[in-house]
Amino acid sequence: MEIFFQQVVSGLATGGIYGSVALALVMIYQATDVVNYAQGEMAMFSTYIAWTLMNAGVPYWWAFFGTLVISFVGGVVLERVVIRPVENKPILTIVIVCIGLLVILNSVAGWIYSYIQKPFPSPFPPKPIMLGTVVFGAHDLGAIAVTLVVLAFLYAFFRFTTLGLAMRAAAQNPVSSRLCGIRVGWMLAIGWGLAAMVGAVAGMMVAPIVFLDPNMMAGILIYAFASATLGGFTSPGGAVLGGLIVGVIENLVGTYVHFIGTELKLTVALALILVVLVFKPSGLFGRAAVHRV
Amino acid sequence: MTPRARAVAVAAALAVALALPLFVSNFRLFQFTQVAVYAIALLGLNVLTGYNGQISLGHGAFYALGAYTTAIMIDKWDVPYPLTIVTAGVVCLVVGFLFGIPALRLEGLYLALATFALALAIPQILKYFEHWTGGSQGIVLSKPNAPWGLKLSPDQWLYFFTLAVLVALFALARNLLMGRTGRAIVAIRDNAIAAQAMGVNTALYKSLTFGVSAAYTGVAGGLSAIVIAFVAPDAFNVFLSITFLTGIVIGGLASISGAIFGALFIQFVPNWAQDISKAAPWAIYGIFLIGFMYVMPFGIAGAIRRLLARAVRRGTAARA
Repeated sequence: MEIFFQQVVSGLATGGIYGSVALALVMIYQATDVVNYAQGEMAMFSTYIAWTLMNAGVPYWWAFFGTLVISFVGGVVLERVVIRPVENKPILTIVIVCIGLLVILNSVAGWIYSYIQKPFPSPFPPKPIMLGTVVFGAHDLGAIAVTLVVLAFLYAFFRFTTLGLAMRAAAQNPVSSRLCGIRVGWMLAIGWGLAAMVGAVAGMMVAPIVFLDPNMMAGILIYAFASATLGGFTSPGGAVLGGLIVGVIENLVGTYVHFIGTELKLTVALALILVVLVFKPSGLFGRAAVHRV
Repeated sequence: MTPRARAVAVAAALAVALALPLFVSNFRLFQFTQVAVYAIALLGLNVLTGYNGQISLGHGAFYALGAYTTAIMIDKWDVPYPLTIVTAGVVCLVVGFLFGIPALRLEGLYLALATFALALAIPQILKYFEHWTGGSQGIVLSKPNAPWGLKLSPDQWLYFFTLAVLVALFALARNLLMGRTGRAIVAIRDNAIAAQAMGVNTALYKSLTFGVSAAYTGVAGGLSAIVIAFVAPDAFNVFLSITFLTGIVIGGLASISGAIFGALFIQFVPNWAQDISKAAPWAIYGIFLIGFMYVMPFGIAGAIRRLLARAVRRGTAARA
């Protein structure tokens, strides 16, 4: 039983990470109807920026918020410069451009920072927290808390601010929004900026666990896809919850189903995605897409 | 293009392909054999994505399945290699058809996701069945010699062999797509509900298209195992699937010749990128990708079609 609780707890910890990357995916999907395959690499790149700042002697939290600002600007610039020219092109064209972006970011990061793994500091104390016999890593708890704070901010932003309302309107009905005087193109750019920011938070939370290297997000991205699929691509809260569930399932299956172990972990994500897509394609909390015929 | 001009173009391309071994080194020839292999895989993916409108980011999995079917049959049971390629195609046909059934319920983005997960999981699965696949070590094969006492090097023979398979499969695909079946496949892409109302069995056609597409890619995978004479799980990572999708979009969606252009792109552009920058070849590749999409969003085949159409219009205008 003890092992069980321990596994659930560490599952929740990794799940928080999946949830935050999933949150970034859902953000862009909601704001622009595009699944951004470069999301993981954008997060990785942001984390390297944070690392550079910290190496230059900037204190952790200054570097943290500095990175968020840089990532936001970077996301907006990427949308304006790279995505904008293909905005109204077929969906596959956009997918290919995103993939191009992915390989560029990955390669440039490797070129600047080399492929050697780097340790990345955690803002939380290294001392684990004991609750009975179950050990909670302070960083794990902190990471989940940070993810929840980000979620709360996003919710408040979209729910209570005029800009958030304008962004939702632009995504739902671009033509009418434009007639109301909303600058739809800029709303999309801001959506990318926000997603880059959320990704940066995820990157900085995951880096202390997996270490910083240009390929660190590859495995996480697929779990994030699984989380977003499970929670529903239309529901930010669902994405975070989906992440936690995926984290726990991954750990429990790895511990108790012996032929899977750690070798077939990615296959579990695949199976999960397939099962969800077949039985409930819109996810647990998503709205089913309704098309006008 | 008039049918006549098209026939001339195809004949010219074939003549160039047949004469190629006279002019290039064995290594270059090996690269062109790879192009032919990729072209078959891309044609398979294009039937699914370009003509039927189902996006697959996981065709590397079928490529791997074909390659391993071939490699295991040769390695364990000494089966003659032409037979293994047919088997690779049949195995992938069945598996693709079966995968197509749950995929029926998925559209666009969701199908892309499911297949993407398949692509990510495949190297792990291959390593897991170590007894059959040789684990991460892979399986080493030997290149077959030319039969019937032909005076050809193994590379030259494999080039002609692959070229023959390519021509046969392209002819087959063309007949499939030009006829009644092809119209049904395209109708489903353009408007599934309307197609159904016209009496097209959309579920059956979609699964079948998935099967046929997987079979083409499987045959290509089988050929690649023989041409490279080696299979290993890490060669079939997710980048392979992404490369295939890139190939058909760059080459031109819903175009048979697009498969060839796409294959040339994915074979040679990474090498050029390497020549331009040793430090960050993939960055150059990414820039090529994005650049191509800006300049010709409908792929190379689409761009050529447009240029020709413009030339023809000019010609008629000048005459009038």
